[in-house]
This record gives sequence, C-alpha cells and structure tokens, in this order.
Amino acid sequence: MLKILDIGMNHETAPVEIRECLVKEPGNVGKALAALRESPFIHEGLFLSTCNRVEAFVVTENPQEARRSIVSLMSSLGSIEDVRFIPNLFTFEDNEAVRHIFRVSCSLDSMVMGEPQILGQVKDAYSQASKAKTSGVVLNRLMHRAFHVAKRVRTETGISDSAVSISYAAVELARKIFHDLGGRKVLLVGAGEMAELAARHLVRQGCALFVANRTLNRAVDLARLFGGKPVAFDEMESLLLEMDIVITSTSAPGFVIGHDQVKSVLRKRRSRPLFFIDIAVPRDVEPKVNDLGNVYVYDIDDLKGVVEVNKAQRRQEALKAERIVEEEVIRFEKWLKTLQVVPTIVSLKEKAEKIRQAEVKRSLANLGDLTPEQMSRLEILTRSIAEKIMHDPILYLKRKAGRPTRDACVDMTRKLFNLDSEMEEEEEYGLSRDDSGPKRAS
Amino acid sequence: MGEILTKISLFLILLATGGFIVYILRQQKAIYQWSYRFLLAGFAALTLQLLHGYIVLGAMPVLTLKSALAFFAWTILGAYLLFHAKFRLMILGSFISPLAAILMILSSTIPGGGVTVHPMFKSAWFPIHVWTAFMGNGMFTVAFAAAIMYLIQESQIKRKKFGSLFNRLPSLQTLDSINYYSLIYGFPFLTVGMITGAIYAQYALGSYWRWDPKEVWSLITWLFYAALLHERIAVGWRGRKAAIMSIVCFCVLLFTFLGASLWLSDYHSFKSLGGREG
Repeated sequence: MLKILDIGMNHETAPVEIRECLVKEPGNVGKALAALRESPFIHEGLFLSTCNRVEAFVVTENPQEARRSIVSLMSSLGSIEDVRFIPNLFTFEDNEAVRHIFRVSCSLDSMVMGEPQILGQVKDAYSQASKAKTSGVVLNRLMHRAFHVAKRVRTETGISDSAVSISYAAVELARKIFHDLGGRKVLLVGAGEMAELAARHLVRQGCALFVANRTLNRAVDLARLFGGKPVAFDEMESLLLEMDIVITSTSAPGFVIGHDQVKSVLRKRRSRPLFFIDIAVPRDVEPKVNDLGNVYVYDIDDLKGVVEVNKAQRRQEALKAERIVEEEVIRFEKWLKTLQVVPTIVSLKEKAEKIRQAEVKRSLANLGDLTPEQMSRLEILTRSIAEKIMHDPILYLKRKAGRPTRDACVDMTRKLFNLDSEMEEEEEYGLSRDDSGPKRAS
Repeated sequence: MGEILTKISLFLILLATGGFIVYILRQQKAIYQWSYRFLLAGFAALTLQLLHGYIVLGAMPVLTLKSALAFFAWTILGAYLLFHAKFRLMILGSFISPLAAILMILSSTIPGGGVTVHPMFKSAWFPIHVWTAFMGNGMFTVAFAAAIMYLIQESQIKRKKFGSLFNRLPSLQTLDSINYYSLIYGFPFLTVGMITGAIYAQYALGSYWRWDPKEVWSLITWLFYAALLHERIAVGWRGRKAAIMSIVCFCVLLFTFLGASLWLSDYHSFKSLGGREG
C-alpha cells in the first residue's frame, strides 16, 4: 500500500541553530533528491528547504524504512548527529501530510501568515524534483493540487491583502492616498531602521527620494545609500511645498514640523495631499497637523494600530483558508483511493489480454489459411469477449475505491482471478501450448 | 412592446444592482462580472425602450415624470459606462447602479397615461436640449457618487479607523479624479443644454427667457457647478472640500429636476407638458 509521508522541521519545531545546519549549502536539495532516488524504499520524493523549514515529502510502501533513510539523509546533509535533531522532527502520514503541504503552499504554516514567497519556494522544490525525476504520479498530482489550493486561497480569501509590518503598512496607506506612487517625492528626515525601510519600499515603488539631516555629511551619506538627493535641513518650508510624503525619524526632543509651518504652505500647494509618516519617539510632527485639509499624519502608534487590525483580519481570513484546505484534502483523498484500485484493474486487463492472445494463437493452428479480413474479424471478436467479461469486475472495483471495504474487495478480486501468481500463469501458458490442457477440452 | 421592454430593463437593472451590492460584501469577481453583464443588458433594453418611445411619440420620451425618470436613469448608466471604460473601477457600479435603480423603481410606480404630443415637441431643438441637459445630469450623478465614496474613504484615513470598506474603496486620488472628470465632462453638457433650451424657447414660445421657476433653478444649478469648477481649476480645490461642494451642487440639481418641475414650474412641469392640448 502506497503511503504519503512528510518528515521535516519548521520554525515552530526546531530552533534556528538546527535549521541553519541543513540549509546552509545551496546544492543540498540536489544531493537530497539524489539520495531519495537511491533509497529502495522510496518511490517518489520532494525536498523542500527554506530558511523556515526543511521537509521531505516521499511516497513509500514502507514508512519505517523510508523514515530511517530520510533521517540519515538529513544527518549527512547537515553533518549533525541524528540524535540532535530527531526530537525536532514532525512526521505526517497520508491525509495529514496532504493537509500539511496544502497549508504550507498557501502560507497558513508560515511565520508571517499570508506571506507570498513560500509558494514560489514550493514551486521551485517541485520543479527540481521533477527535473531530478523523483516525482511521479502521486507527487505530481499532489503538488498541482497544492498550487491550486494556494491559488484558491489567494483569490477567495483576503489572507495576504493587507500589510503586517509597519513599513509596509505605511506604503499601503500612501497608496490609498496617492494611488500611483511613481514620481511622488519623498522626504526622509533623520535616520532610523524603520524609516529607512519605509523609504526603501517607496523608492522601489518609483518615488523620488530626498534626504535631509541636521548634519549635511550624514545626509549625503544616506542619500548615496538609497539613491536619493541630499537637501539642506533649514529649507524645510520650501521642501514642504514640493514633497508628497515626509518620513520623519529624528531624535529631536521637540516637534520638527509644526502646525503653522504646514498650514502656511497648503494654499501654495494647491491642496495637493501631503502624507506624514512620523516614526520618531518623541514625535517629530505636531499632531494638530492631521486636522489640516488633505494632510494626513500617521505616527508610530497609528501604524502599529493599522498592523494590529490587519493581523486580526488575516487570522479571520485564515479560517476561510483552512476550510478550503479541508475541502481539497477530501478531494485528494478520493483520488488517492481510486489510485489504489488501479494496479488491480491493470493486472485484470493484462490477464484477460494474455489469455485471449494465447487462445487465438492456439486456434489459428487448426483454422488453416485465413484472409486478412477474417483475421481481423477474429481479433475483434475475441477482444470484445474479453473486454465484456472484464467490464463488470472493473466497474465493481472502481465503485469500491472510496469505500471502507475496498481492501477486502481488492483482495477477493485478486484471489478470484488468481492475479498474484502471475509467474506460474505465464509458465503454464508458455509451456502448455500444445498440450491437451483443461482449457482445450472446451 | 414598450411595457415589456420597461419590465425587462427594470428587472435587469435591479438584478445588476443586487449583484453589485453582494459584490461589495463578498468581493467575488464572478458576481461583479455577471452584475456588469446584467447592467449592460439592462442598459440595452432601456435604450430600446426609449427608442421605441421616441418612435411611437415622435418626440423625446420625457414628457411625463415617469418617462423622464427612466431617461435620467439611462443617462446615469450611460455616464457610468463611459467612466467605467476609463477607470475600470469595479466598486463604482455598487454606488451608481442603486441610484439608477431607484429612479427606475420610481418611474415604474407612476402609472403611465396617454400623452398628447404638442407639435412644438417635434422641433429638432427639443431632443438636443433634452439630451444634453440630461447627459449633464448623468455625469453629475457620477460626480456625486464619487464624492460620497471620497468622503467615506477620506474619513477612514483621517480618523485612522478602518472599516470593511477601506480595502474595497480605491485611493483618494482615483476618487478625486473621477469627481473631477465627471464635472469637467458634465458641465459642457449642462451648458449646451441650457443654451439650446433658450434657442428652442425662442422658436417655440417666442422668447428665450421667461423667468419660469425651472429656468431660474437651472441657472442657479449652473452657477453652483460653475463656481465649483472655478474653485477646482483656478484655486486648486480638491479632495474633501470639492467632494462636499459637489454633493451640495447635486442636491440643487435634484431639486431643480424634481422640485421645480413638480411644484413650481409653469410650462416646464410635467402636468403641462403632457396635458396641454392646443
């Protein structure tokens, strides 16, 4: 019986010290796939390795042995003893494994739920596996279903709709105000990790960056770092006239930008919207500025609030995504079950065909010369008899594919048609061609 | 024939409106696509109905409140479809189709009676006057809807409280430009509508200006919109102020359309439009 097995570790089960051992070398996946192909117990295999997870998906008939070879593979890949990481491994079988790969693909299992990168990483892992020819019928189907699930989750739920980091939340807000950020002017006042990150995001969206700092040298350095333009700090009024977005992050004790200062430029700006992102503590932009028309001020707490709301929203959407995953797991399970009656159906067909061919051959000797037309008639006649006889047993098996009694039915069919002693059969037909066997009497 | 077309178009527009409202709640693209198709079909049916009315009457079918409301709905949908082609904004339909649907429902509740068409309505100026004035109304309805959407979105950003509409509504910039373009396009229509109205009155009634309440209120409406446009273009008004002002302007317009025609008007009222015999 084929089993789908998933053995691995992720950011929840294993600390980074162990995960990093396994992912540090770029050629690891190729090596792992080669090892999976070598193992006699593993029919199909896929190796997924990202900074947050290392997992092997395999199709096997012998889970114990397969597990053993995966553990030794991981231990040799990371050059660490298996006792060190065995407690961190999780093992999923069949439906559990299917559910897990579905959840991973649609980013329900990620550290930042809903992040879009993981699907690309899963796709890479699959394309490597199919290049190395370690994926087969089951994994091909499984992975395509996983991509389908990810697509459904992305379109049917809002799990990755809203930003969950402060700098992204700021960019999202800017987009809700300005729509297209290309060509907008961004002023970065002061420096700090989060402000720089936000500035970097905005530059990537096509904004033009200007950098102001108390010390001009620092401004020049920062501007060079982000591909921006250094400007003098004391030109604030004229800068405010030009800019669309202002990110402030100075360590000044008081307000750097005041209400009256902004108010005085509004009319000259012809009410073009102005967006302040104030990441500094204590704040740089006087809160009253937010009361001015077409001016929006977001301080660090406001942005944190946005992120919290978005996170809650993602959790809500995750419930929908889990439902989709469940649906698809059931669908896959059904398919897998039909797969398990397929070998029996194939051997039934083969057996019938073998009998037919042997009997035709035997009869031809006694029928004398036949015209080609008579020959083809004979072929058609015998083939349709064989097919019609096998038709009902095959249908019966297909119907039982999803039932709990499936295994008993498969077993009975194999006994009834003597499918498991193929070798003897072949010998019998091979040798007794000219004997007066029991078949010939009829 | 006209009756059947009316029912079909009402049905399709209601269906589309329902779909658009479900779309706002459920955010499923398929629902939106079907609603849009229903709306297109409803618009086509309404167009046929108006053409049919035109052929039967031999004049623009706006002589009763019933038919004028249907024609208003037609121009709103027409303006919406034009703006949809430019902005491809899915949520716009959810705000505009209900307005058209309300007009269609109102129109359908008014019993239709026989109309006697005075020969003066067969003048060539009449359809031009009616069509341009109504098209202006349709455009201003889009401006109104965009202004409402703008105010909702703006107050969410300003107050930093994000409701479920936040992700569904587009950016402030987009809403502001829809408002701007619908004013820019709508205003010439209204202007031409008023000028052709005066010319038509000169021909049909002998004087181009008769201090009829509808005329006066139309002029007031025109002045309101002219002021708004001036502020937008010359002074640089935009955003919230412009949105509020275009809502105020639209209220004046609605009063002119309904109030002045129903209660105040002399010869522009629907009573006299249909009722006058000779």
